Amino acid sequence: MKLEKKDILGIQDLSVGEINLILATAESFLEISTREIKKVPTLRGKTVINLFFEASTRTRTSFEIAGKRLSADTINISASTSSVVKGETLIDTARNLEAMNPDVIVIRHSAAGAPRLLASLIRQSIINAGDGAHEHPSQALLDMMTIKEKKGAIAGLKVAIIGDIAHSRVARSNIYGLTKMGASVALAGPATMMPRDIEQMGITVHNKMEEAISNADVVMMLRIQLERQKQNIFPSLREYSQHYCLNRRNIALAKKDAIVMHPGPINRGVEISPDIADDPDRSVILDQVNKGVAVRMALLYLLTGGSQ
Amino acid sequence: MKILITGARVICPAQKMDAVTDVLIAAGKIAALGSNTAETAKNRNGKDIKIIKAAGMIVAPGLVDMHTHLREPGLEYKETVASGSAAAVAGGFTSIACMPNTDPVNDNRSITEFVIRKAAEADLANVYPIGAISKSSAGSQLTEFWDLQEAGAIAVSDDGKPVMDAALMRRTLEYAHSLQLPVIVHCEDSNLSAGGQMNEGYYSTILGLRGIPACAEEVMIARDILIAAFTKTAVHIAHVSTAGSVQLIREAKVRGVKVTAETAPHYFTLTDEALQTYSTALKVNPPLRSAADVAAIKEGLADGTLDVIATDHAPHARTDKELEFEYAACGISGLETSVGLSLRLVEEGVLTLPQLIEKMSLNPSRILKLPKGTLQTGADADITIINPQLKWTVDVRDFHSKGKNSPFNGWPLKGRAVLTMVGGKIRHNELF
Repeated sequence: MKLEKKDILGIQDLSVGEINLILATAESFLEISTREIKKVPTLRGKTVINLFFEASTRTRTSFEIAGKRLSADTINISASTSSVVKGETLIDTARNLEAMNPDVIVIRHSAAGAPRLLASLIRQSIINAGDGAHEHPSQALLDMMTIKEKKGAIAGLKVAIIGDIAHSRVARSNIYGLTKMGASVALAGPATMMPRDIEQMGITVHNKMEEAISNADVVMMLRIQLERQKQNIFPSLREYSQHYCLNRRNIALAKKDAIVMHPGPINRGVEISPDIADDPDRSVILDQVNKGVAVRMALLYLLTGGSQ
Repeated sequence: MKILITGARVICPAQKMDAVTDVLIAAGKIAALGSNTAETAKNRNGKDIKIIKAAGMIVAPGLVDMHTHLREPGLEYKETVASGSAAAVAGGFTSIACMPNTDPVNDNRSITEFVIRKAAEADLANVYPIGAISKSSAGSQLTEFWDLQEAGAIAVSDDGKPVMDAALMRRTLEYAHSLQLPVIVHCEDSNLSAGGQMNEGYYSTILGLRGIPACAEEVMIARDILIAAFTKTAVHIAHVSTAGSVQLIREAKVRGVKVTAETAPHYFTLTDEALQTYSTALKVNPPLRSAADVAAIKEGLADGTLDVIATDHAPHARTDKELEFEYAACGISGLETSVGLSLRLVEEGVLTLPQLIEKMSLNPSRILKLPKGTLQTGADADITIINPQLKWTVDVRDFHSKGKNSPFNGWPLKGRAVLTMVGGKIRHNELF
């Protein structure tokens, strides 16, 4: 099976069949990262540009490793070192890159919709590595891959997502993905962190995290951005962590075998207590990172014409 | 030379006229109305007269747009007084009032005089500058209303920015009242709207764009209504976009507050659902709202709560719009699509044709205290001839405006202005 898509802009645009194809392809790539020689020649001669307009360590590294393990030539461009500082617009930058004939451009941008703008203008494949508060499809795919591995299937599970939903592209992509795959999603956070009319996405909204966690199979915690305090999204880290930090006490409300996820980087003691984050029976945070490479290998492979 | 327009449906709300008749124009004025009056009959076969056969057409008093942005001085790459005037007459507008948010801001006599001179050089439409309420529209110090008015400013507004200081708004309304100078308010609480890109609702949520809540507009409308009521002054509310705003204005009118209000074609034509493409052509302030808001805007137009359809013509260059959504400029180039879009309201049964013409000609003239919007004998011969049946497709490349930023590009529309006459001179003509 092939992926009949030029770009991966968001989970909103993917069908269940396409999600399953990507996850199955990623599973077949997992093994490569465990080899002595972690490299296959699959994408030899292909060029992947990681165009990052926003700081990122793990996502950029993950895409870079994914490309290199498939033998693609990967080039990293970050906003601070690129022509962006010279006042070139995104469109001009993209057209210049297009003229150099890469095969895939991976873009992260603080402006929602920037990957879509890029995709509409240039012929190469675009992968959205996170755009503003819009989508982060590779993150949701690696999350689904992790859940599937730990729980066997996604359909029928209850997934709680806790924290600043309003500013989270991870939450949006996961809501699309998990609901498409048949899970039920419960969100929790103070009302200041709930974007308007989010219930229309087919999820439930709770102000108390205990309600969302109750009987959950998966608890996904989101990172709190400290600078949101200035916008009065929350009054203090102290108060936030007293009510929205995942700890021994409230995790007991979830199912006995519930897993704990976090897209990272984690604020220990703020949204997740250290003993939960490091609990090998609960925390799958590093599994997520591990799956991330495989998912990104799958995306690069499928977009350059590979088939499963 | 005299002109006789024959056989058209002549609609003049000022005279409650809606009849097939003739209009005689002489010396730049309306000389006579009527098919069989001595005056028109005498001229029908006379020499030195131009007969315009207009059967099937609508003859209306020249359309008046009380809300445009002409960008000159300072932002001539977006629009000039001349290009904006050309767009106006091409869109059927004989008179336009231009907002002061140029660079520098029109906050003093010299800028007002400059705009008037540029308009005279262009010699197309009547251009009426609107002066700023506050110096640089910064919202702290009043401008010299008296001086601005003497120089030719016909109203004051800080449009583009709200007057956040309620005390300054009070003084504005009082001081302007003593000059009988209309005040036009841009209602937006800039704390509530901070960082906002589009209407706050389901679509801003799924697009991940910061929302502008309806209440950012409504709290300021409520405030300005209260201040106008307390000071017993008049206030005109620009670009109304929400259901809550319509309700506030409706209730204030019932209470006898001297409040008038306008909306623009995009607010009764498009919803925020369209933004799913992230098309920056749809980025406008106030933002496109929900379907329920659009329905309420139409109700407000139908029941008279909303007095005026203005364009909020906001031309921008490609470089201002071909950007990531959050970096793109707000605004729609509206002068050349307004008639076609507004006629849809007649087709839908929201307004009658005379009501539409009233909102696009007579009412803005009255609010701005201009001697326009009428075909009464002796009035300036500002006339718009509309072909209500003409089917056409919007193509921004045909715009006279420098601003090609229209979300309506490619839209099929029915009805457009085919002849625009300003002071007896034909300034736009697709009729013959």
